[in-house]
Amino acid sequence: MSTADITLPTRRSGAKTVAQLLAFVRRHVLTVYSLLFFLYLMLPIGVVIAFSFNHPTGRFNYRWRQFTWDNWLHWNAVPGIQSAITLSLEIALFASIVATALGTLIALALVRYGFRGRGVTNLIIFLPLSTPEIVLGASLATLFLHSTGYGVSIPFGFWTILIAHIMFCVSFAVVTVKARLIGFDRHLEEAAMDLGANEWVTFRKVTLPLIAPAILAALLLCFAISVDDFVVTYFNAGNRVTFPIFVWGAARVATPPQINVIGTAIFAVAVTCMLGNVFLQNRRAKTA
Amino acid sequence: MTVEAAPPPEAPAASAEYDIRLIGLTKRFDDVVAVDRISLDIDRGHFFALLGPSGCGKTTTLRMIGGFEEPTEGRIELGGVDVAPLPPYKRDVNTVFQSYALFPHLSIFENVAFGLRRRGVKGGDLRKRVIESLELVGLAGLEKRKPRQLSGGQQQRIALARALVNRPRVLLLDEPLGALDLKLRKEMQLELKRIQHEVGITFVHVTHDQEEAMTMADRIVIMNGGHIEQLGTPSGLYEQPRTAFVAGFLGVSNLLEGTVAGEDRVTLTDGTAVQVPRNVLAGRTGTVSIGVRPEKLRIGGGEANSLAGTVTESAYIGVSTQYILDTPAGPVTVYVQNDRTGGQVATGERLTLSWSPDSTFVVDAEEGAQ
Ligand SMILES: Nc1ncnc2c1ncn2[C@@H]1O[C@H](COP(=O)(O)OP(=O)(O)OP(=O)(O)O)[C@@H](O)[C@H]1O
Ligand SMILES: [Mg+2]
Repeated sequence: MSTADITLPTRRSGAKTVAQLLAFVRRHVLTVYSLLFFLYLMLPIGVVIAFSFNHPTGRFNYRWRQFTWDNWLHWNAVPGIQSAITLSLEIALFASIVATALGTLIALALVRYGFRGRGVTNLIIFLPLSTPEIVLGASLATLFLHSTGYGVSIPFGFWTILIAHIMFCVSFAVVTVKARLIGFDRHLEEAAMDLGANEWVTFRKVTLPLIAPAILAALLLCFAISVDDFVVTYFNAGNRVTFPIFVWGAARVATPPQINVIGTAIFAVAVTCMLGNVFLQNRRAKTA
Repeated sequence: MTVEAAPPPEAPAASAEYDIRLIGLTKRFDDVVAVDRISLDIDRGHFFALLGPSGCGKTTTLRMIGGFEEPTEGRIELGGVDVAPLPPYKRDVNTVFQSYALFPHLSIFENVAFGLRRRGVKGGDLRKRVIESLELVGLAGLEKRKPRQLSGGQQQRIALARALVNRPRVLLLDEPLGALDLKLRKEMQLELKRIQHEVGITFVHVTHDQEEAMTMADRIVIMNGGHIEQLGTPSGLYEQPRTAFVAGFLGVSNLLEGTVAGEDRVTLTDGTAVQVPRNVLAGRTGTVSIGVRPEKLRIGGGEANSLAGTVTESAYIGVSTQYILDTPAGPVTVYVQNDRTGGQVATGERLTLSWSPDSTFVVDAEEGAQ
């Protein structure tokens, strides 16, 4: 405020107050704006969390009645919810691991080696990222339906969901790992070979440790995308029910608060992973 | 347990014992010929500089020796063995990269130990050799740090220690001082020379800084446009450059066109006869250029060769004064030591310059005047 006093010398105190107010707003406008925006982002999540502790009277968990721990204690009291969560976690685990492994190898090939068709491969990798999910889902369903005609029979279910998830996760994994590889000094690998490490040792001792953060990020990203996916899964799930499909089905007849419980749990795990990652990076930056 | 490299020789061997032999080495990138049929023998234990302007193929040559680039044609022999088909990790050479390329995720100790570990050195022996190597570059005590916690100069030394700890047959250095400031660069030049002397390993040092090459190397190869212009000792190259390019690249020189008029005689375009050593002319005929360094010219007569002209420019540089004279045979630059006060020559004055035949060199004329 003292600078305002000096730069705006006025006699009347009213004008002075206005000037002070303006200066205050000017100084804090970014803070206020950020807080508002943060609120806008967090409010829906806050509501989800709060309603996981609600004790609704009817079938719909839309109006706050009273606080309870029951939903958390009996999180699997709703028929079908536990198997849906199990399936979602299984799919997400396998899909993220396979997609990240494939994605890392593809990224290495795309960045490290000049081969024919590299440009085309780049483009194809990018396609699933830019294609609407509904198109992806529908085309995959068509593919699986028609595969019988070519002698391969994949009934809709676990495997079709897994294949679909791996397919769209690979692109995310490639993009994530590629970004890290591009900013990577190639001379590091040459230096390792120069010092007597063969290709495999070079990969293990130099390349892998240096792209590990990107691989971890890809793994988490793929897991999150897979757990969350509805559209593509819906087309290819047959009669299997993943968590998003369960929520969608349930919402037509009832919204049990257990859905909020699972949502809150997923959110908590995601935030923990993220904070853990930030913490690790900070510590590494400090000690390194 | 360990696979030790052969111990380095105590002194450069006098006999023709080559560490590196390049035979007709060529590298083409699509339509660019980066290295054009170079043949070169590098003696054991020498400090060798590869000098040339940007883009002349120095890095490419070094990378072919290191095994990072496959030659299009030609052979590379290390100690008499053709290594062209071998990957980098099977060659007994180590490289100091211009970007240092220290492993950012490993401590200084592990960086230096990397090569030894690959060869199965362990425990106390490993520790002893790493510390010894760090002491050699004057950085013992930093082994727990990570590369990014070091200054550029320190990183440079670690890169050197990491390569030298393996006692390679040959150490390749690609502009290792390029990223350092001038003062540090001068320091490191002397330091590198001391280290090379101490370990006795053959160094092949790439640089585009002629002063750096002159200060450090026993032998210099001057490259231009993918081929070798001339190979020699620093003073040999400076005193007797064989091409106009070498004469111009190593310091300043005056080149005057003329025609050969005898076994030891060249007539300049204005008719002045210049005496040159017989072996320098070496049977050339027709049009040539004779050259003489600006500091070899003396004001006034007294030497066998002389030329007169008008001073068109003068610049006082402290230790000497530089004059540019317009002579009938062409412009001539001369440096005069300021060893006495006064005696400055004004522009427009006429001067006679003279120089000894021994200070005269001859290059082919069609290679272009400077
Ligand atoms: N990978 C490559 N692909 C195509 N051309 C290349 C490649 N590497 C080098 N060149 C070309 O080969 C020539 C020699 O390059 P090189 O890097 O050996 O030069 P240099 O003497 O080391 O130059 P500088 O002093 O600038 O480092 C240059 O014309 C360069 O453009
Ligand atoms: Mg270079």
